[in-house]
Amino acid sequence: MSGAADAIVIGSGPGGATVAEVLTRAGWSVVIMEKGRNHLLDPEDPTRPAGDYSNDEIKFISRHFLGPDPLVEPRAFRRNAGEGEHTHVGEVNSIPTTVGGGGTHADGKVPRFREEDFRLHSLLGPQPDAHVEDWPLDYAELEPFYAEVERAIGVAGRAGANPFAAWRSGPYPMPPGAPMYGAVLSSAAAEKVGLHPYEAPTAANSIAYDGRPACNNCGFCAFFGCPIHAKGDPVALLTKAMATGRAQLMSETFVSRILTDGRRATGVEYVDADGATHSKDAGLVVVAGGAIETPRLLLLSGVDHPALGRHLMVHFQTIVVGHFPALGLHPQKGRSVTHVHDDAMVQDDAARGAAAEAGLPWFRGGLVEHSGGGLPIMSARHSPWGRAHAQAMIDGDLRDHMWAFIMQGEDLPYATNTVDLSPSIRDARGYPVARVTYEPGAHELAASKHHGKILQSVLEEMGAEYVIHTSSPGVSYHGIGATPVPESRHVIGTARMGDNPDTAVCDRWGRVHAFDNVIVADSSVFVTASGYGPTLTLVALAARAAHHLAGTKPTGPVGDEADDAGATGPSASTT
Amino acid sequence: MPVWLSEQEYATLRAACGQMMPSDTGGPGADEADVADYIDTLLGAFTFEPPRIWAGGPTSGRHGGAAGFGDFVSLSRLDELAWRMRIEGSLGVAEREFNGPVIGLQQRYRDGLAALGSDFVDVGRPEQRRRLRADDEFRELLWEHCCEGMYGAPEYGGNRNGIGWSYIGVEGDVQPRGFSDAEVSEP
Repeated sequence: MSGAADAIVIGSGPGGATVAEVLTRAGWSVVIMEKGRNHLLDPEDPTRPAGDYSNDEIKFISRHFLGPDPLVEPRAFRRNAGEGEHTHVGEVNSIPTTVGGGGTHADGKVPRFREEDFRLHSLLGPQPDAHVEDWPLDYAELEPFYAEVERAIGVAGRAGANPFAAWRSGPYPMPPGAPMYGAVLSSAAAEKVGLHPYEAPTAANSIAYDGRPACNNCGFCAFFGCPIHAKGDPVALLTKAMATGRAQLMSETFVSRILTDGRRATGVEYVDADGATHSKDAGLVVVAGGAIETPRLLLLSGVDHPALGRHLMVHFQTIVVGHFPALGLHPQKGRSVTHVHDDAMVQDDAARGAAAEAGLPWFRGGLVEHSGGGLPIMSARHSPWGRAHAQAMIDGDLRDHMWAFIMQGEDLPYATNTVDLSPSIRDARGYPVARVTYEPGAHELAASKHHGKILQSVLEEMGAEYVIHTSSPGVSYHGIGATPVPESRHVIGTARMGDNPDTAVCDRWGRVHAFDNVIVADSSVFVTASGYGPTLTLVALAARAAHHLAGTKPTGPVGDEADDAGATGPSASTT
Repeated sequence: MPVWLSEQEYATLRAACGQMMPSDTGGPGADEADVADYIDTLLGAFTFEPPRIWAGGPTSGRHGGAAGFGDFVSLSRLDELAWRMRIEGSLGVAEREFNGPVIGLQQRYRDGLAALGSDFVDVGRPEQRRRLRADDEFRELLWEHCCEGMYGAPEYGGNRNGIGWSYIGVEGDVQPRGFSDAEVSEP
């Protein structure tokens, strides 16, 4: 595409791909600039896989195939400003740097937020030290976009399965996939202790859908690219955008600066695969690099706002693991996580009491994933060396006899948890890298402690011989895996949206207040984190922003989907 | 014939891997799985073209499909920089020292194997274990690579004929066959 583009989209992950799809559908010309490589789409036929993804633990887990490589694109980390410039340089909660971005490595759980997630301040009130605010939009405004993107990427789920879910205007596009054996057992145990497990809404095809095959349960889901494109996010959106003929995908293209003239962006400056610097003009610039790389680019571009880079949230993970010597749980079979429960997101008397005991007005946990281990290299690393090794691997405790709950605990937005530019650490291109300053607050620790005990009781009900607790980032009372660097791969906040340009970086449409034509289309704009994975909400927000720009509306259901079987109207809301 | 290590270094490495994963303990050991070859191949990755960093895809041929793992993925300019830094170290090259000097795996292995002693192959097993315990940093590096060499895809040089997978009862890569719904949901 020579000459100026209607829009340049920076980042080809779920947010960027969504904007590209909506805008190209509306007739815009779009250039997608992605700093990572293209291992996702066949360059000759973008509807087909590139053929590089595989069931390969060395390639994806040990050797950074999806990027970023921490040697050439490191980040700096410290828990707080008192620790000095940084305490760690390397990988810091990285999501993939590759065509498809964070969608490539995720196991595809895509829950919606609930109504109260957008109105925490109004419904629950403020929190000490945190900037809890309502979002400038509510669930009802976002619901049509949730519905549109669920159909676009293909989400398998069962409406009504989760009693705490927000209302929805229609059914899921396809039924849930096969439940994992361990999840069948842990769900039964959870129900016995009064919890409400359900089939996780998952962007992995349970049936052939939209030209992509059904998932064949290979088990290489979380942290791996899908070799057959059964995972639809963001493959479906990228391929649809490319199919219009109006999208150009430029991989290995690092955008180093947004070029501006007063309140208008005129284009971007970028570095190509050979290290040469160029510029390209555009009528609109969309930033979708994730909540760490997006503020980095805005800072590199000279954007100055007191909230930019602040309120970083990551989901404080509570990990509770049970040992079941008599059960063969085979977690390597299936799509990594097939069941979840939301009970920790709902206020009850016990949670209110525990919050009061911790001196807090309230707390919320997060979505709890039911999952196992399974991969042989990972299991081996945690087994003994020497003469005991072979028998330990044959016994397979870590591989086959452990079952875990991972709670994606809601982080509150603290102004002291930040992303800024490292004063001294550079990437291989010579640009300052992002420095992450993060530590959990009293809310996260109290919620983790309270809900961790409940999760332990479920594993004991399931028959666990013993139960261990850990967390990410590690904290002192957990002792195991105690790295202070978060590893959730959920990064949220740092360019929050709001109507007040003095306190919010972006407006209610994701537009950077300081400019007329710069949009942020990722989870940077979130005001609060909720305890649900951010992907579907950031994708719905990106679709909403793009439709607003193009003057179009989200597409409604068609054919058999147009009936209301599976719809749970606003009157059925449980919140 | 080792790819990168000297014959002496290779013999020491093989003996050290054999202590990490001995052969006569109810399962195959590092010797049977060619774990030392996995490590030597990593250290000499750039003696191959494309470099032996990332096996190809999407299938290995072990469960159907073409045998694509053997067609290693080519590296970009930035990939090559990263992996040369990781394996060779920065070696005083300005392009590799933008955040300071980097000690590569080649140097770490050369130093670690030398510290085990030129007589490492000949001393008894208790002494071999004592020397391995004496250097936590090198032993942890060696252990990480032993696990990869025993249980990773055979195309990287270890896990000969899938012996590491078969003795613990796992399939390794399973595309394009995958698992049936019944295999997922039932005991």
